Amino acid sequence: MKQLNLKHDFPILNKKINGKPLVYLDSAATTQKPQVVIDAMVEYYKSSNSNVHRGVHFLSERATDSFEAVRSSLHRYINAAYEHEIIFTKGTTDSVNLVAHGFRSLLNPGDEILVSELEHHSNLVPWQMLAQVSGAKLTFIPMLKSGELDISMLDSLINVKTKIVAFNHISNALGTVNPVKKIISAAHTVGACVFIDGAQAFPHTAINVQELDVDFYAGSAHKMYGPAGIGLLYGKSEWLEKLPPYQGGGEMIAEVKLKESTYAALPHKFEAGTPNIEGVIGWGAALKWIEDIGIENIRMHEDDLLSYARGLLAEIPDVIFYGTAKERAAVISFGIKGSHPYDVGVLLDQMGIAVRTGHHCAQPIMTSLKIPGTVRISLAAYTSKEDIDMFIVALEKTISLLN
Amino acid sequence: METIIDREEDIIEEFSFFDDWMDKYTHLISLGKELEQMIPENKTSENQIKGCQSQVWLNAKLTENGILFEADSDAIITRGMIALLLRVVQGQKPEKIASYEFNFLEKIGLTTHLSPSRANGLVSMVKQIRLYGVAFQGKKK
Repeated sequence: MKQLNLKHDFPILNKKINGKPLVYLDSAATTQKPQVVIDAMVEYYKSSNSNVHRGVHFLSERATDSFEAVRSSLHRYINAAYEHEIIFTKGTTDSVNLVAHGFRSLLNPGDEILVSELEHHSNLVPWQMLAQVSGAKLTFIPMLKSGELDISMLDSLINVKTKIVAFNHISNALGTVNPVKKIISAAHTVGACVFIDGAQAFPHTAINVQELDVDFYAGSAHKMYGPAGIGLLYGKSEWLEKLPPYQGGGEMIAEVKLKESTYAALPHKFEAGTPNIEGVIGWGAALKWIEDIGIENIRMHEDDLLSYARGLLAEIPDVIFYGTAKERAAVISFGIKGSHPYDVGVLLDQMGIAVRTGHHCAQPIMTSLKIPGTVRISLAAYTSKEDIDMFIVALEKTISLLN
Repeated sequence: METIIDREEDIIEEFSFFDDWMDKYTHLISLGKELEQMIPENKTSENQIKGCQSQVWLNAKLTENGILFEADSDAIITRGMIALLLRVVQGQKPEKIASYEFNFLEKIGLTTHLSPSRANGLVSMVKQIRLYGVAFQGKKK
């Protein structure tokens, strides 16, 4: 297999952990950052730092231009119809909350919010809060044992009362790639608004929001080689116009009087306060880094490694796989017969292998599989075959220690 | 009766024989396996400390011989850690336990297990052990 070789772009991947070379297999939690992203942020503070959208001076204009250039790049990257449909947020969680909060004034008691059973807590709890406040009812697309959504149930779950359908593009816990187009078109037959948590999809697959015909789509920079604390909410203009502002403050206003104000046009209506400027600049560099390599090349590299890792894991008798969906991306979730995932993670850490263990902020999935959690390895563009080999050796040692 | 300090020294000596992390963890795992089972009726949700990674149960009663603890976890390494923590405080007087810091863990290189990022329930268990010490102070048995 022809593999990408990108480790030299990432200073942290040359560090040692517990005296051993770092094998970082926790990229679904957050990806490491290439030097170009770090440099872009440092350079911003060295030569452009200034507040955006509110100065006539040279630096402010330069900062605003760089900031808006990233909005423009993201708009092009996900093929949004308009630049103003890209709202900068703190991250995916913030994006879900923005939409869920906005719907408080748009829902009536008895309306239904359809969520999947395969969700990260961030795409579940805000809808629970919305249901509590609005009197709407939460309904669920069930998860099959394979970790796939049971979309044969869609017809009976979606009805005229369904106002919102929220689910993820790719599951963080099991790696399932969901049939987003099918769910979107089913939701649209009753005019329901579709929200997709794309946090895990951005680093692995091309996203085309117009082709998907999705109403809202959210993602985080830190899961796609960019900095933490910055993310986006894509929304169709008509939906963004319908939603009331989430937070009030500077930047989001048109005219302010003492007792009332009028709000700014999109996207600023949803961007109160000074934004995370260096985060946006860093994200722009990360996006360019991804585009230079090509998201398709990254996906192929990861898919090859994923099947390589799965093949090696399958030869270990005590390994139990969780999530056997036909289409999966970048994640293998598994358990060791007779051992707790935490024990496996602690021992792997001793050998310099970073994995994630536990419920992956998706407790309902673990409850449904009747397990306390899983061990999850997650890959990125910089993951190498050697990483997988070292992980397998360490896992075999771990199993023998635990027995 | 052995003081907390005597017991800490015992454990530090015991761990001084291990040259590498594998021996140390093998020992920790066997301590976990040997830890006395908690009485099932005492594994109530009230006695449960919910960690993100592993669950811990802790129960305590005041006796003439000091506080008697029993504890359990679903993870074996956490059980091993529990065995070490309880070995030091088992049967000690409430006033000794109320402000006890478990500093010996640093000397045997296992403090990381009490780091909040592990979310294994042990940080809360240590707090809970001290709270039992505080609560039982002044109570006669």
